[in-house]
Amino acid sequence: MKSQLLSINDLSTADIHSILSTAAELERITDGPTKKLPTLRGRTVVNLFFEDSTRTRISFETAAKRLSADVINFSAKGSSVSKGESLKDTAQTLQAMGADAVVIRHGSSGAAQRLADSGWISATVINAGDGTHEHPTQALLDAFTISKSFPDRKSDFSGLRVAIVGDILHSRVARSNVLLLSKLGASVTLIAPPTLLPVGVETWPVKISYNMDEQLEEFDVVMMLRIQIERMSNFFFPSEREYSRQYGLNEERLLRMKKSAIVMHPGPMNRGLEISASSADSSRSVIVDQVGNGVLTRMAVLYLLLGGAALTEVGQ
Amino acid sequence: MTFTLKNISLASGLVTNIAIDGTQVLSIGSEIHGDVVDCTGLIALPGLVDLHTHLREPGKEDSETVLSGSKAAAKGGYTALSAMANTSPVADTAGVVEQVYRLGKEAGLCEVFPIGAVTVGLAGERLAELGAMAQSAARVRVFSDDGKCVSDPLVMRRALEYVKSFGGVIAQHAQDPRLTEGAQMNEGAVSSRLGLAGWPAVAEEAIIARDILLADHVKSRLHICHLTTKGGVELVRWAKAQGINVTAEVTPHHLILTDDLVESYDPIFKVNPPLRTNEDVLALRAGLADGTIDIVATDHAPHPTEDKECEWSAAAFGMLGLETALSVVVKTMVETNAMTWEQLANVMSVNPAKIGGYDRQGVPLAAGSPANIVVIDPAQTWQVDKEALSSKSKNTPFHGYVLPTKIVHTVYEGIFVVKNQELTGLKYE
Ligand SMILES: [Zn+2]
Repeated sequence: MKSQLLSINDLSTADIHSILSTAAELERITDGPTKKLPTLRGRTVVNLFFEDSTRTRISFETAAKRLSADVINFSAKGSSVSKGESLKDTAQTLQAMGADAVVIRHGSSGAAQRLADSGWISATVINAGDGTHEHPTQALLDAFTISKSFPDRKSDFSGLRVAIVGDILHSRVARSNVLLLSKLGASVTLIAPPTLLPVGVETWPVKISYNMDEQLEEFDVVMMLRIQIERMSNFFFPSEREYSRQYGLNEERLLRMKKSAIVMHPGPMNRGLEISASSADSSRSVIVDQVGNGVLTRMAVLYLLLGGAALTEVGQ
Repeated sequence: MTFTLKNISLASGLVTNIAIDGTQVLSIGSEIHGDVVDCTGLIALPGLVDLHTHLREPGKEDSETVLSGSKAAAKGGYTALSAMANTSPVADTAGVVEQVYRLGKEAGLCEVFPIGAVTVGLAGERLAELGAMAQSAARVRVFSDDGKCVSDPLVMRRALEYVKSFGGVIAQHAQDPRLTEGAQMNEGAVSSRLGLAGWPAVAEEAIIARDILLADHVKSRLHICHLTTKGGVELVRWAKAQGINVTAEVTPHHLILTDDLVESYDPIFKVNPPLRTNEDVLALRAGLADGTIDIVATDHAPHPTEDKECEWSAAAFGMLGLETALSVVVKTMVETNAMTWEQLANVMSVNPAKIGGYDRQGVPLAAGSPANIVVIDPAQTWQVDKEALSSKSKNTPFHGYVLPTKIVHTVYEGIFVVKNQELTGLKYE
């Protein structure tokens, strides 16, 4: 495995299998009184967040702490960092603090790669979402969630049909998921109005549909993306009501889905817009599971990238 | 001073001697006058002329000054450059263009022609005092809001009409602002993967098409800055076939670099207009070779290190160009046999001087022509080192590239401002 996780492209299929099986192993080990493992004791993980995202930060923080790492939260938003202090200065500060891993969330696409490639820092860089580019650990936790929902498959997704619905253009979750799911053999269909699909999407390993009702019965997984209401001002869609009617997952659509199909959402949800409350809370929904799986997957990533002590030892 | 460039090859391939006396070519032929400079194996071309240079003075002298830009120009074989108006203050009055003109004279390393802004403060709303700039000591003939597009069609129409009274030309930075809000790179397959906001070709082509039609309607002169797309080349080709008075330029970097370089997220490749696809690059080369594109212009855009040492979206747009332009054009056009040395002299010297109305520049070498000459060695390659450039900034995308053709001497108004690849410290006064 590479020493950084900036994009799903950094991972081979074997790496992905290794992360997913490590997450499963961690779940087994920590599913008891031993919630905390000593494997990263003495290591420092910095959460460097240039953008607010309480849920992602808490997920990484919890993951690192369960592995006994020291965690420093460096919230750059609203501090000196967002105004004036550059990525470079911040990186050099973290380097001086002896960070072993930097988990970076940034509003600018490519910021994580920039941090990793620049030579400003020797720590392992983990991308926790960069602009509208990628969010690799989200895709990994989604794959982990899918593998748990379809236990017979053992993270071989060949033939699995996945729909990703909504604002593909601005979604780092979609980009990472397309790469990851296609590596694992799934057939991915993007469903969105043409305005919310990037020019160039035809070069992606996916099928495209503008119509949510077309093949809804055929999907095993329906992943809904958050829609940002301010997109309306740029004419991406005419109104919330129209978007919801055309692309929202409502009760009626939920009932048309396959019996075994699951509903996913990376959160935070706009209930009533891209997803109805009844769909979000239905028995098909694995949205709450995604949160718990996020911690396990991020533990696996930290463990594998930072080369912690063997799990078998610590499990005892 | 009187001297002779002995045994030198002209662009035509003819090997001869060029004798220079004062600021003029005295003779071309067997005659030897004054000091002899052996130029065996070297080629003489009329000094290069850049129609699109950002010098940053006044306002951002930490990035470049008229003097440092003139040094870079001389090192790159240029005997004339055209200082874009997007300084601070903007060159939208006779006072500012005269200041830049004077600084150019003081530097004395090449002729510095200020370009005047089309609109006050480059805001695109009110015409700047174009007549006053034309009548100033700087005798401005080229007007541009470069960096910004004159996007209001009525303002553009009036500007095109107005400059007819003194033989001016509007140089348009063709970029529809609404179609490029927040744009970071060429819109296409690469931007879709990288999650960077797209700068679509149509945003350039729509303005080019509109302005061609406007220029035709008011029978004025339009120059298109930095053409980057295949579609833009087609539009200019069509306009020329209709006899519309339009000229176009391409930058060296758009002749060689493509948008997949952005995959590194290294802002050294961030430029406006953006790097396009290989198909566009090939169309630009073909357009330059067949005369659809009249000139190569550098769009030399210096930026301080901190403006490139950051994440992509926070970085400034722009690349250095003066010191690498000739070599890149040789690599892409001459070494590929798309162009001869004579054609290269046309697109890098003769044609830009004509568009700008620069009388003492771009004159084919002959007895009596101004002694503005670049002497190059086509047999030698060199490795670009950003630390070794004369520009105050280091933002060249070609650091580490091995490029063909060394610039050996630059003669400006009969003075060796560069000799044996080094600035001599001499200047023309
Ligand atoms: Zn421009």
